[in-house]
Amino acid sequence: MKLFFFEVKEGLFISLRAIRANKIRSVLTTLGIIIGVTSVVLMSTAIRGIDDAFQTGVSSLGSDNLYIDKWEWFNRDVPFWELRNRKNLTMEHFEKFKEMAKLPIAVAPTIFTPITIKHEERTVEFVFIVGTTHDYVFTNSLSFADGRFMNELESNGGRNVIVLGSEIAKKLFPNGGGLNNDVKLKGKKYRVIGILEEQGSWVMGNFNPDNQAFVPIESVFKYFQEEFWNSITINVRAPNSQSIDAVKDEAVEIMRKIRGLKYNERNDFSINQQSGLLNEINSTVGVIQIAGLLITGLALFVGAIGIMNIMFVSVKERTKEIGIRKAIGAKNRTILGQFITEAAIICLIGGMIGLFIAIIGGMIIKQFDFPVTISAEAVILAVTISLMTGILSGFAPAYKASKMDPVDSLRYE
Amino acid sequence: MNIITIEHIAKIYQVGSEEVHALRDVSLKINQNEYLAIMGPSGSGKSTLMNMLGCLDTPTNGLYLFKDKNVSLMNDNDLANIRNKEIGFVFQTFNLLPRSDSLHNVELPLIYAGIPKSERRERAAEALENVGLGDRMHHKPNELSGGQRQRVAIARALVSNPAIILADEPTGNLDSKTGEDIMHLFHEIHETGNTIILVTHEEYIAEHAKRIVRLRDGLIESDEIVANRFIPKKNGASKV
Ligand SMILES: Nc1ncnc2c1ncn2[C@@H]1O[C@H](COP(=O)(O)OP(=O)(O)OP(=O)(O)O)[C@@H](O)[C@H]1O
Ligand SMILES: [Mg+2]
Repeated sequence: MKLFFFEVKEGLFISLRAIRANKIRSVLTTLGIIIGVTSVVLMSTAIRGIDDAFQTGVSSLGSDNLYIDKWEWFNRDVPFWELRNRKNLTMEHFEKFKEMAKLPIAVAPTIFTPITIKHEERTVEFVFIVGTTHDYVFTNSLSFADGRFMNELESNGGRNVIVLGSEIAKKLFPNGGGLNNDVKLKGKKYRVIGILEEQGSWVMGNFNPDNQAFVPIESVFKYFQEEFWNSITINVRAPNSQSIDAVKDEAVEIMRKIRGLKYNERNDFSINQQSGLLNEINSTVGVIQIAGLLITGLALFVGAIGIMNIMFVSVKERTKEIGIRKAIGAKNRTILGQFITEAAIICLIGGMIGLFIAIIGGMIIKQFDFPVTISAEAVILAVTISLMTGILSGFAPAYKASKMDPVDSLRYE
Repeated sequence: MNIITIEHIAKIYQVGSEEVHALRDVSLKINQNEYLAIMGPSGSGKSTLMNMLGCLDTPTNGLYLFKDKNVSLMNDNDLANIRNKEIGFVFQTFNLLPRSDSLHNVELPLIYAGIPKSERRERAAEALENVGLGDRMHHKPNELSGGQRQRVAIARALVSNPAIILADEPTGNLDSKTGEDIMHLFHEIHETGNTIILVTHEEYIAEHAKRIVRLRDGLIESDEIVANRFIPKKNGASKV
């Protein structure tokens, strides 16, 4: 055991000497691994960032919320034509549901329509306009920077009032003070009655409240959409996440009643919720992860082949040295260890450089608001991967070196 | 005491479809503190025999006993051990590690022997002092003259106190004056009780030894005691 450590230690020194003696080759060798490790670390960090972003995005949907819809978000078992042939959900359905449902703390209809908003010279194109009622604010945890949400009167009357998401407000009123101004949607004047605080989830794009604007649903039907042709979504807020299953059961029962379904007919509506989205996102992130790992795996593999190749050249070039070492008593396993250690150290150094570049790269990407943090796991990953690559790709050349015939290698010029 | 016994040794190289008989049937006994020169025309098998004696190579046929141990039966590991502890090699082309200084070159066998750092530094330095290179410890081979390089190689061969020194044309790459210095060094080493076998083409070099074995075509042609040895002086040689 003691001898083993001695050999490892001395092997380390011999390898370090050899690396220092062959600087240029060592640097070239490292290049492959630098690229590999940089991409592994950045990729794993990016995947983590994407995942985090998705998760926060999804959690903004609320774990207490159900979304009754004609469409199924993540459809696996209902054929598409059946979804398409479902009857639309209408305001009538919503009114009945609201009346009958006992468990939810709030129920609100929504309809989405993209419309360009103007204020004087400024425009924001294709804003996701959410048509809804005054109850929407209770199905959600929106917070206000200024003003308020629409009230029952405005909602029922389909008044021309609008609540702006923080991004939209910022674009239309860069100097602030949007409240009580008028904006135009397809030429129709709307009065700004409220501006949301920044909600801060970034990835969901149009589904991010920061990029949305809210108007009474009746006004949407009045100006922008035919009620008859469009299906609404009913947002249902449960008192808490424990009661969500009960709320869901009640919702199914009521909806079947409203839709007049017989006991043997399938539901002609879907009840969507965050957990379904989470599953979907997890599997999507899983796919991204696998793809990312495949790509970086490929980069590493190419790097490893490069190292193996250079190590083979190195072994060939140093045939004489190997002969000398053997002539004065180096054992096969000593030579094996020496070359593997050499490859491992070179890769480790490369890995460190790669990690360093990745950290710098991460900092740069962070400037573009992409949430990256290099984790301790990434560091461990980089070290392990570079060591393993070194050992694996160094093995074949080292084995070749260890098996060289001493007489032949001494004769080699 | 008998260190080396070889009986009916043969070494056959396969070159393509042809067999090259480098050694055909060589038997030899070498005792403790012998000073033996091996001579013979080019291609007669001298180096092949030396490699065999030095456990760098194993014979195709025949028996090789080193200190009564059967070398023919040993594996790579055992052979490496013998080379490390019992044999000191000196080559015509020095065979030093080009990028390492004298001290590291000399301590290398001790590293492989598992000697701790402080002791091997000390022993390597001492070996270098003994060959007169106490002031060249941190020179790399290309910063040394040919004769100095060969001294480093000799120090390396001596550092692990081997049972036997094998030198394959140690003066072949040196001018005659420097060669004579090296021969003086060998003389001193022999005087302290070491066993030396050296290969040479030069008759007067061979006459430094006590015994000359002549090879021809892989066979021993003659094996005789040197009647009239050269005893080298530090500066030039003189007959006794
Ligand atoms: N690895 C090998 N493969 C094939 N043939 C070899 C090999 N090594 C040596 N030989 C042959 O064996 C014979 C003896 O070679 P060896 O090197 O022992 O000669 P030598 O007496 O040392 O010659 P020199 O004085 O030129 O050094 C030669 O004919 C040589 O061609
Ligand atoms: Mg020869």
